[in-house]
Amino acid sequence: MTGTHSKAIGVETIGMTMRFGAFTALDDVSIKVPAGSFHALLGENGAGKSTLVKCMMGFYHPTSGDMLVDGRQVAIASPRDASALGLGMVYQHFTLVPSLTGAENLVISREKVPGVIDWRKERTALAQFMERMPFKLPLDVKVAELAAGEKQKLEIIKQLYLGRNFLVLDEPTSVLTPGEAQEVLGLVRGMTKAGDLTVLMISHKFHEVTAFADDIAVLRKGRLTGTGKVSDLTHKAMAAMMIGDQPIAALDSRAAPKPDAEIVLKVKALKAPDRTGLKSIDIADLGVRSGEIVGIAGISGNGQKEFLEVLAGQRPRNGGEVKVRGSAYAATRAEARALNVRLIPEEPLKNACAPRMTVAENIAFRTFDVDGNGKPVSWISAGAIKSFSARLVEQFKVKTASLSSPIASLSGGNVQRAVLARELTGEVDLLIVSNPCFGLDFSAVAEIRARIMKARNAGAAVLLMSEDLDELLELSDRILVMSDGALVYETPIAQASVQTIGEHMAGHH
Amino acid sequence: METTDIGLWGVPLAMLGGAIRVSTPFIFVSLGEAITERSGRINLGLEGTLVFGAMSAYAVAVMTGSPWLGLVAAALAGLCFGLFHGWICKFPKVNDIAIGIALMLFGTGLAFFFGKPFIQPSAPDLPAIPFGAWSDIPQVQAALNVNVLFLIGAALAVFLWWAFRNTRVGLIVRVVGDSADAARAMGLNPNTVRLLATGVGGALAGIGGAYLSLYYPGSWTERISSGQGLMAVALVIFAHWNPLGCFAAALLFGGAGALGPALQSVGVTQGYYLFYAAPYILTLIIMIATSSPSRTLAGAPGELSITK
Repeated sequence: MTGTHSKAIGVETIGMTMRFGAFTALDDVSIKVPAGSFHALLGENGAGKSTLVKCMMGFYHPTSGDMLVDGRQVAIASPRDASALGLGMVYQHFTLVPSLTGAENLVISREKVPGVIDWRKERTALAQFMERMPFKLPLDVKVAELAAGEKQKLEIIKQLYLGRNFLVLDEPTSVLTPGEAQEVLGLVRGMTKAGDLTVLMISHKFHEVTAFADDIAVLRKGRLTGTGKVSDLTHKAMAAMMIGDQPIAALDSRAAPKPDAEIVLKVKALKAPDRTGLKSIDIADLGVRSGEIVGIAGISGNGQKEFLEVLAGQRPRNGGEVKVRGSAYAATRAEARALNVRLIPEEPLKNACAPRMTVAENIAFRTFDVDGNGKPVSWISAGAIKSFSARLVEQFKVKTASLSSPIASLSGGNVQRAVLARELTGEVDLLIVSNPCFGLDFSAVAEIRARIMKARNAGAAVLLMSEDLDELLELSDRILVMSDGALVYETPIAQASVQTIGEHMAGHH
Repeated sequence: METTDIGLWGVPLAMLGGAIRVSTPFIFVSLGEAITERSGRINLGLEGTLVFGAMSAYAVAVMTGSPWLGLVAAALAGLCFGLFHGWICKFPKVNDIAIGIALMLFGTGLAFFFGKPFIQPSAPDLPAIPFGAWSDIPQVQAALNVNVLFLIGAALAVFLWWAFRNTRVGLIVRVVGDSADAARAMGLNPNTVRLLATGVGGALAGIGGAYLSLYYPGSWTERISSGQGLMAVALVIFAHWNPLGCFAAALLFGGAGALGPALQSVGVTQGYYLFYAAPYILTLIIMIATSSPSRTLAGAPGELSITK
């Protein structure tokens, strides 16, 4: 249990292979993570990273292959076995129970919990345990009230509290600000250096890997395509191991911005309730000009989602005005059509598609009820929908079994491509985008970013909300920071500093 | 004993007595529903469980002569209904609310079918403690004649409030109700926990039914419940899933229910029947006042199908 202060353990896989029917998800993968090291596992979506980790943690039973813990061969049949050996995993999404306090979460996740919990005794024990931890956390607050960074720390602390000294971290910083990410990884790094912990981190972010990891292992299509010391490898070399020789869409060069271009989107004194109804978002003044990308940074839960929902017509507003090219905009279908407003919300399958309708129907949502001249039609032509969609599927390289498959059967990247095809076809004056690349792989990300840049260069005003600061830095002309429901900071891209943006995201100003 | 005229004081006094008398089934049903909902399921079938509990308690009490055996029978019947609901709901794509409505109709129908022969005979009552014996005024005595089940219900509310924070079982129920994923990661089976929570909820609703037929009103008729089982569900939401809140809300509903008879007893002859509708109007007002199109309720278990 928790009292003993045990040391880091080393873990090794030998010839790990996992087949699902005829599909080989993992092919003869051997990696070695020595005790007290910080190892990074890189790879695109579907490369087999999570399959490998799930085999190691006992969620899957590998078709063949062995596991060594501290040099001894072990059999791991279930997550319980893994936990008994001291192997733990921190998931990308939080597994803490939101309505319980930190202390309650820690105590209830223990293997043996007494029938009646003596909170005075538990609190003393927890305080002693926390003294040894590098993290400082309030344990008497409900988890729902903790910031994302604090939750992530609590997840790690929970694993250590349960006596696990080998941790798999699955993209641990995807929900953190750059500052929080630095802090959490730095502390974890310190623990590995002290020999208290061994870490295997799944990551997409090269700069994190370079800053914190000792070694890397790279997977591609289920095979181990490279290993090595971080100090010997450049980002380019890592990327080459990850994606092989497939071509990557290049970003259009940025057309010179025109500072006097027409202001397409104008938001003034917009107020709307947030999801809890307890707070409200308040956008004092925002203008987006034609031919520029305005990025909005912020930690999730600071009102970006609500702002997008207001612009998309999914959320009522309490006051204020939204104008597109000078006319009031309430996000009706007629207005969106007349003013050429297009929207790419986050989680496109949920927010921009009817999952069980076909690919062709989904692609035709904007155009199915009008004819070539924009006049309403009384009869819908299935043939026209098919030929229109076939053209776009071809043009945007959507990989689908057929035009009449349900769109839910497509992979995430292809759903996003189909939505892009629908939204970027025809004239676009205003494009509103939110987290367009979340959870997509390298080549899809590059392509989607290239399409957005192309739309900008063609004269669209683009409002881009993203939790990925790298994406904003790559695409935006100006970056605004949203914190606590308001836009608190603005910087042109030339003067943007990750440090300052991060501080504003965390609300430290 | 001679009736003393205490004038308009009779109204609050009768309401207090009424609150204690009428609230008991609300307390049990709402505490049961609070346990079930805290585990992440809604059991709307408690109305049927309540009626079936009332019938089986009365029937067993008539046959054995012991109201306590009747109470046990009602609890067992409720347990069965709860377990049945929990068992069906473990299958994928089954909607707990639809099953609840089906079980509500099933429970009342079954109770009427088996209850026909027990409408005539009379059963012994559950005992009450005369806390008003110190007073000479019969109204005070009547108001303070408190049934043991009310006291048990009050103690149970405090116990549950404590247990949700301080026992393993309490924490497990909250974990399962708030995040099934987290529960699975801990090696808990949400379906088993919910099955048991729904079972216990059903048993408590059965006890609430026993109170109806064995104490107040104190006989078995087909119109014994006037929607208490359904109102208790509303009450749990109003109480924000807090057992102490459930107890207070049950008293409030009980008091509102006693308003009509109280006014009648002091000689109001016109319009008093409108006040019989007070609990229903109160339900509506509370639901409207606490609802919002854009906000989820504070304290709502994350796994409930209505708040998801």
